[in-house]
Amino acid sequence: MSEHSKIIEIEVLRYNPETDKVPSPQVFEVPFTDDMSVLQGIQYIKDHLDGSLSFRWSCRMAICGSCGMMINGVPHLSCETFLRDYYPARVRVEALNHFPIERDLVINMEGFIKKLESIQPYIIPKEPRTLAQGEYLQTPEELNRYEQFSSCINCMLCYAACPQFGLNPEFIGPAATALLHRYNVDTRDGAKEERMELVHSEEGVFHCTAVGYCSEVCPKHVDPANAVNQNKTNSAMDYFLRFISPKGGAK
Amino acid sequence: METYKADVVIVGGGGAGLRAAIAVAEFDPTLRIALVSKVYPMRSHTVAAEGGSAGVKLPTDKFDYHFNDTVTGGDWLCEQDVVEYFVSQCPEELTQLEHWGCPWSRTPDGHVNVRAFGGMKIERTWFAADKTGFHMLHTLFQTSIKYPSIKRFDEHFCVDLVVADGRTQGVVTIEIASGELTLIEARSVVIATGGAGRVFRENTNGGVVTGDGMALAYRHGVPLRDMEFVQYHPTCMPGTGLLFTEACRGEGGFLVNKDGYRYLQDYGLGPAEPTPRNKAMELGPRDRLSQAFWYEQQKGRTIEGPHGSVVHLDLRHLGEAKLRERLPQIYELAEQFLGVDPAHAPIPVRPAVHYTMGGILVDGKCAAPLPGLFAAGECSSVGIHGANRLGSNSLSELCVFGKVAGVEAARHAKSVAPGNSANLLKQAQAVEQRVVGLVRKSGGSERIATLRREMAQTMEDGCGIYRLAESMQKTCDKLDELKLRFKNVHIEDKSSVWNTEWLLAIELEYQLDVAQAMAYSALNRRESRGAHQRLDGYEARDDINFLKHSQAHYVADGAPRIDYGPVKITKSQPGTRAYGAAGEQAERERNASHV
Repeated sequence: MSEHSKIIEIEVLRYNPETDKVPSPQVFEVPFTDDMSVLQGIQYIKDHLDGSLSFRWSCRMAICGSCGMMINGVPHLSCETFLRDYYPARVRVEALNHFPIERDLVINMEGFIKKLESIQPYIIPKEPRTLAQGEYLQTPEELNRYEQFSSCINCMLCYAACPQFGLNPEFIGPAATALLHRYNVDTRDGAKEERMELVHSEEGVFHCTAVGYCSEVCPKHVDPANAVNQNKTNSAMDYFLRFISPKGGAK
Repeated sequence: METYKADVVIVGGGGAGLRAAIAVAEFDPTLRIALVSKVYPMRSHTVAAEGGSAGVKLPTDKFDYHFNDTVTGGDWLCEQDVVEYFVSQCPEELTQLEHWGCPWSRTPDGHVNVRAFGGMKIERTWFAADKTGFHMLHTLFQTSIKYPSIKRFDEHFCVDLVVADGRTQGVVTIEIASGELTLIEARSVVIATGGAGRVFRENTNGGVVTGDGMALAYRHGVPLRDMEFVQYHPTCMPGTGLLFTEACRGEGGFLVNKDGYRYLQDYGLGPAEPTPRNKAMELGPRDRLSQAFWYEQQKGRTIEGPHGSVVHLDLRHLGEAKLRERLPQIYELAEQFLGVDPAHAPIPVRPAVHYTMGGILVDGKCAAPLPGLFAAGECSSVGIHGANRLGSNSLSELCVFGKVAGVEAARHAKSVAPGNSANLLKQAQAVEQRVVGLVRKSGGSERIATLRREMAQTMEDGCGIYRLAESMQKTCDKLDELKLRFKNVHIEDKSSVWNTEWLLAIELEYQLDVAQAMAYSALNRRESRGAHQRLDGYEARDDINFLKHSQAHYVADGAPRIDYGPVKITKSQPGTRAYGAAGEQAERERNASHV
């Protein structure tokens, strides 16, 4: 077993609504090895220095989406961000930007969940099929059109990066738009028209100012900015087509 | 305390819990469903499953083959009637997921593709690149949103079942964000809380995998079955235990020792051939591969690393393009966590605890012996895994038995009268007193993390890949000691909002109970079978005395009582469990004797 030889300072933004008016930073000295993630550093604090520190985590391998936080001001998954990359300087961790803090590094994500739920994130079949008829056929090329957008782990780093969401928490935002796009372009689905209503709405994609930071911070290369912008195009197209086509543009 | 009235409550929002919820909703849309999960459902550990999900697909495959692979792989400790039902349902359930949008990887003509997996005679593992669990979980979660009768209790932590008049009638939960307790009344309760791998030190599991539901059922008198069978996955990241999927080998990866030698050929798995051969070499079952690692280590043929001995998982010959297409997550894990580019260097790996074969005793309809209680998925022992689970059977299990549990729970709920609410509330208030008492009490001196670390270490020491009576006894003694010390646990955090230290203490208590069931069941099984291997005079399988399921019964403030139940054998009599060329020979002999 390797020895803990180095000490890094981790500054954590603490907040307990039962005792604190405002969040404030607290610094911990954490022994670390080069293979330790920021998450492991925070776990060390909880296990050995202060049991009251609260944060979400689970899988440790960048797939469950729980452990997103601001690390030196940039949204990251703490499980795949390594202390060695900050040492010997102090590393600063805070709850994700743009969300209400429930406690310490835990944000309130109910609003995000409501957005996901609102976009009908499930297949509404174009042509219903019984199980006895077997699977829908879908070529690798057809799969490729949406596969990337189905890889979102709901970590919300893109919301913490999105200046528009920061200004207007009602904005549907990057991940929910990517998910909407994922179902719209799936060959099995026939409900694009219904979903596009949401994109046209007040809080739809036109709020995006094309900063593109969402795609930059995405740990899964979902490229939500691309989904947002494809939907802007679709939305504009749809807007014009609805005047000239009886079925509207969603086809 | 608030009360919520449901008809069916499901504890656990992973694959099995979501599938069960959907099954209830489709069975009868008027039934009120409460889906309780201590995390948002898409954080559940189903998300981390990588390689795929088994179901007969190719014209050359048959249900009988899947049955035989599963029963042989389980070293004949399977309920064969349940396995038969299971294999017959897998393709339909996986097709159902396809209809719900799961992005299965495809063949060029648009059909769902399948890949090879360990211990499987024919390729039958459906996959979505190497993020199969992730995609199945998100598909199920997103699909569940469609059903208005599913009311989710996200980030609600279940602290007890409510049992009255001899039947299960609800659960008590803590809302994590507020610390408030709620009684959820229901006529059926489905437990779908997953495994308990976190009781071991080095494991592939997420932090949430703490055996909660197993402990709850166990404390209410339901036996935990076959708990000594804990799967070590052979290819995990040293130190963290993170998983490198079996699909690495299904796609053609090699396992080599410090001399670059494919050592599995020395352990009855050969011959070594340049391309994958089903049920041979790297495509042998997980128990055999992890055991082979142990022997290589004894022989000094492993490589020493900062986190213990390793062997090499060599994927270089597959080429970057194929790795990026078929194993993109593995590629990134190796690069980011180990600084290894798998197209150009081998990945250091070692075995780590991965899966709990045993669990809550249920029949083929997912019903526990306690009326009104059902269980599905890794927390349950429905009887398909026996002494060693085959890779890709567990994701299918979530769907097949999640659905069964949901339908049966719905039927049961409709067949019984609602309980006496005042009585249930009284019970729930007693539960509240107990759990709130844990956080309010002062004067304790034991740190949660210390107890947890000692538990995980003693489980590794006594219940690892190979086991000895002496070390298992030490583990049992240590767990007894830890349970006593837990009474003196200290919780620093006294707040109500997001008090995760409180939850960790409750989880630790669950884990200690489950660990005890594992260790005592292991000590009492005086034979070697599947994942339970002994080196102290019980090296052989003993069908005369131990072709039976162990059942651990909870004893308050004492060691569990272990007894045994029969194994259902229908069409496969216990035989020699062999792989590689020896396995093919054994199969030929079996077939000849049947003519």
